[in-house]
Amino acid sequence: MLWYAGKRFLQMIPVFFGATFLIYFMVFAVPGDPIAALYGDHPPAPGVIEAVRAEYNLDKPFIVQYLLYIGGLFQGDLGTTFSGRPVIDVMAQAFPITARLALLALAIEAFFGIIVGLVAGLRKGKLFDASALVISLLLISVPTFVVGFVLQYVFGIQLGWARTTVSGAAPWGELILPAIVLASVSFAYIVRLTRASVADNLGADFVRTATAKGLSRRRVVTVHVLRNSLVPVVTYLGVDIGSLMVGAIVTEGIFNINGVGGTVYRAIRLGEGPTVVSFVAVMVIIFVLANLLVDLLYAALDPRIRYAK
Amino acid sequence: MTNPETVSVSSDSSNEETPLLKIRNLEVGFETQRGLVPAVRGVDLTLYQGQTLAIVGESGSGKSTTAQAVIGLLPGAGKVSGGSIEFEGHDLTQFSDAQFAEVRGSQIGYVPQDPMSNLNPVWSIGFQVEEAIKANGIAQGKEARQRTIEVLQEAGLSDASERLKQFPHQFSGGMRQRVLIGIGLSARPKLLIADEPTSALDVTVQRQILDHLQTLTRDYGTSVLFITHDLGLAAERAEQLVVMYKGKVVESGPSRAILENPQHPYTQRLVAAAPSLASRRIQSIKSAKSTDDSVRIFGEGSLDEALIARAATREASADEDLIKVSNITKVYEIRKQGFRKDKLLAVNDISFGVKKGTTTALVGESGSGKSTVAKLILQLESLTSGNIEFDGKNLAGIKGQELLEFRRRVQPVFQDPYGSLDPQYSVGNTIAEPLLAHKLGTAKERYNRVSELLDQVSLPQAARHRYPGELSGGQRQRVAIARALALKPEVLVLDEAVSALDVLVQGQVLNLLTELQTELELTYLFITHDLAVVRLVADNVCVMQGGRIVEAASTDEVFENSSNPYTQELLEAIPGANITLGA
Amino acid sequence: MPSSNTGRHRPGQEHFIASLAETPVAEIDQVDETGKARSTWTDAWEAMRRRPMFWVSASLIFVIVVVAVFPGLFASADPRECYLKFSNGDPQAGHPLGFNRQGCDVYSRIIFGTQASVTIGLLTTVIVTLFGGVIGALAGFYGGFLDSFVSRVGDVFFAIPTVLGAIVLFSVISVRDALTVSLVLSLFAWPQIARIMRGAVLSARNSDYVTASAALGVSRFKTLVRHVIPNSIAPVIVVATVSLGIFIVAEATLGFLGIGLPPTVMSWGNEINQAQVTVRTHPQTLLLPSAALSITVLAFLMFGDVVRDALDPEARARR
Repeated sequence: MLWYAGKRFLQMIPVFFGATFLIYFMVFAVPGDPIAALYGDHPPAPGVIEAVRAEYNLDKPFIVQYLLYIGGLFQGDLGTTFSGRPVIDVMAQAFPITARLALLALAIEAFFGIIVGLVAGLRKGKLFDASALVISLLLISVPTFVVGFVLQYVFGIQLGWARTTVSGAAPWGELILPAIVLASVSFAYIVRLTRASVADNLGADFVRTATAKGLSRRRVVTVHVLRNSLVPVVTYLGVDIGSLMVGAIVTEGIFNINGVGGTVYRAIRLGEGPTVVSFVAVMVIIFVLANLLVDLLYAALDPRIRYAK
Repeated sequence: MTNPETVSVSSDSSNEETPLLKIRNLEVGFETQRGLVPAVRGVDLTLYQGQTLAIVGESGSGKSTTAQAVIGLLPGAGKVSGGSIEFEGHDLTQFSDAQFAEVRGSQIGYVPQDPMSNLNPVWSIGFQVEEAIKANGIAQGKEARQRTIEVLQEAGLSDASERLKQFPHQFSGGMRQRVLIGIGLSARPKLLIADEPTSALDVTVQRQILDHLQTLTRDYGTSVLFITHDLGLAAERAEQLVVMYKGKVVESGPSRAILENPQHPYTQRLVAAAPSLASRRIQSIKSAKSTDDSVRIFGEGSLDEALIARAATREASADEDLIKVSNITKVYEIRKQGFRKDKLLAVNDISFGVKKGTTTALVGESGSGKSTVAKLILQLESLTSGNIEFDGKNLAGIKGQELLEFRRRVQPVFQDPYGSLDPQYSVGNTIAEPLLAHKLGTAKERYNRVSELLDQVSLPQAARHRYPGELSGGQRQRVAIARALALKPEVLVLDEAVSALDVLVQGQVLNLLTELQTELELTYLFITHDLAVVRLVADNVCVMQGGRIVEAASTDEVFENSSNPYTQELLEAIPGANITLGA
Repeated sequence: MPSSNTGRHRPGQEHFIASLAETPVAEIDQVDETGKARSTWTDAWEAMRRRPMFWVSASLIFVIVVVAVFPGLFASADPRECYLKFSNGDPQAGHPLGFNRQGCDVYSRIIFGTQASVTIGLLTTVIVTLFGGVIGALAGFYGGFLDSFVSRVGDVFFAIPTVLGAIVLFSVISVRDALTVSLVLSLFAWPQIARIMRGAVLSARNSDYVTASAALGVSRFKTLVRHVIPNSIAPVIVVATVSLGIFIVAEATLGFLGIGLPPTVMSWGNEINQAQVTVRTHPQTLLLPSAALSITVLAFLMFGDVVRDALDPEARARR
């Protein structure tokens, strides 16, 4: 296991550098004046452009620019927002909120997704299964922002059960509705994945052997079918963290949450390029790290991975 | 229905006339979109305490379905649609799920076919055995752990206590099968259902495991319902036989009676085609110096009479070697944990020759390196060291036009009839492909050549437009042979070419190969794990073990006076080798 | 039933021989010459056409494509003819879905917006499938350095979620049309297809028919094109179909954020973006284009499901 963790960590390093390089490259190596493009239609105050130029070392060769940027990253320098505030400061305030929202969403989608998927898989072809399939297809085809507006409208405005916007401190209770919105699409994917995987495993030889041992149906389903079906679901969670990040931008935008996503959303709408780029870079780094965690979880669930050569 | 917990052996245990398992007129079908498709049609079967009964049949005969019905584990769409299965007087067909759960494991044990897929990959071996012990109330807590170790040790895993925490993928196939046998017997059931328990294993391992199983069941007084496709194996291991064909019992009774005096034409065919038994016949013919009676003990129409006749008269020819293999070695590098690389010596300094017009067999178990030799000769892998000569020419570094010329003369037929044909190519296109690759003939000529080849392998012309998915294993193998023959080669390398086929079909394909050899003056390199088949087709044999040739001699020498201990072990392990036929 | 008693046996274990009339012995291994020849693809087609979901999704897709190509056939009102006096106006004759905030006809803006959305979905799918498919096939088949290189590069692009990558690029790129949006989405989406293709090619490459074709003298490249790719393409087709819907959602998400196609272009994403302001008072101006979007995505998802069931022999066997 330790060996596996070490190997995964080593494999992550080139991806980390590759991804940050790619983002840096996209922003600063496109033809034209990147600084002007970043500020778009909102020319900054005189002197700011020169300051930014100096900050990003644009007078130096490209690869040096990148290395200086990476060096800064490791010293906690994540860049500067449009208004000149260090990204790390904004992050310190916004990240806990987004982390809470994402954890809540992950918990909701994993818990309900796995239960619904398990029941659907066990009753393949029955009414419950058919309805679960239809609902999951519908959820996938409705974009997050539509789900967001609809739930905000119904529960926030029509029924008045929840606040339409989340207050600055974003307590857990107020995050439930946004978390449901954020979880909706992934919930649908998890239902489909669990269902397929449960149905597959139900027909597996080892499940028949487990039944032949004299185990109760309940034990066969929980110990042998469900446990094995979780393996692909966990793999999916790794990819899903990426879509949660995009979802967080949309959801935090709609509910006006002061998290990382909300900051990016407002920066995009106001055309504040530097803020967007700095924050997205951080999000990508978090995504890479989160995937490392998921890989370890995956190895914990499947011994074949753990002992793989 | 009585509560299964009160199920007990009929009080008068001396009364042997009450069968443990009595199946009467059993009907099983599978629900499909086109209605109920019958799989078992009116099967009768009687098994007494302490007996072993074997159900023998080819794939699709309904033998496994019958066994699965007994333990209530028919796959999804399967249903018992008629008849009764009486186990100690209780009709299992009427059991609820909960009642079955009580009987399974504790009263009826089950050993499945494929050791690779029947253990849950994510749980440790110890967990999976202990689970069975706890579920059947044999022991709990610490005692269960202790019992787990005992069960595994009894099943032949001497280092069980150290290996409890290991996972299935860390065990070999034979070891896993021992674990499964341990699980099946862990609660000392009265009846053990063993569904082809060793088909996936090497013959020597198969023999050890079955010997062990026999000892255990004899000690415990367990009755065994043994499912197998191998008549020789069945006759060797069971006192009662039930021969199934297309869902029906065609013949049943005491093993010896059926083997010596098969009455139903289907049983007669099976007896005639079983390589292990046929191989014994060759011996009796040879030793009796062909007194005509012995040839006919199994009745007219034996599929492999031609084979036996040929085998009885074959002589090693004295020609030059067409293929000459000298001191070849193949080393594979395997990446291990860390940055180390391990070297695997797949083929270790071997030499042999194949004479023109003869059949040379390479025999060995899995991992012996026999298939690697085939790939090396076919120039699909590069040699680490040594030489391969074909028709007097060294093949080292051969490429381009020369390689194509070599390929034209040496063609392969592979093992898996399901994998060796591109599922998206029709039969006609498959057979014509080598002609196209070598740019031979016009479209019309290729069309005619395909027709000719279809005739040669006894496939109807209509098969040209079919796809592999529509053909049986035997038919696919005929297509593969036709494709190999398309370029009129001199040598066929047959890599386990008949191993995956049902025995009757295997007999047919072997007949075909023998006929083609005479007709087209072909040279065969026949790679197999099955010594019984070797005796039917080969002139010379090389026995391989661990990458080396441990014995090379003419077939008769190997079978009659082999001095090599490994060869003898292989010969001993041929199922049915111990049956003495009263001829 | 004739049964010959040979010696003494326990009841039920006598030597029994079934009557030949009841158990006729067939020819060994006869070729079934009845019925049509069935290739993988005809099989898949047979499986698909029996399912109502196939016909529903296929007709929806057909209608959507026709609308995208000839929007004028379906909407008589000019989508660019907007009068502020109709701002957020109710439906009236010729304007079945009413007006949006700018006073434009909602129905015809949805109809005319189809083109941009569907074009981006299709174009991205084509680019991703061709590029990712070819890269994945070459990497999987030839292995070695090429494979390691492609896999590592793919990992890097895979580490940037598609929409996040697009957000960064559109912070600096000012040219935004259907082609650039598609290219940007493709840039981050190709590794998925490449991975799937690589996996499928790897397993096909190790099959006996590939070894056989080498031994027959077929060249490596021809083996790849004739045997390996046709047998690896099925999972790619399935994922591509589903991705098409996902890309349409991605375009709409960019539109919603205001960094997709420029506001002058009619697309569902832009309609939704512009309707955000009035969502509390006039939710229908947001929900109607969203509904059009969802129906389109749903059609492709359902189609993908049907295709997967038809092409996956294991799924077929399970049903």
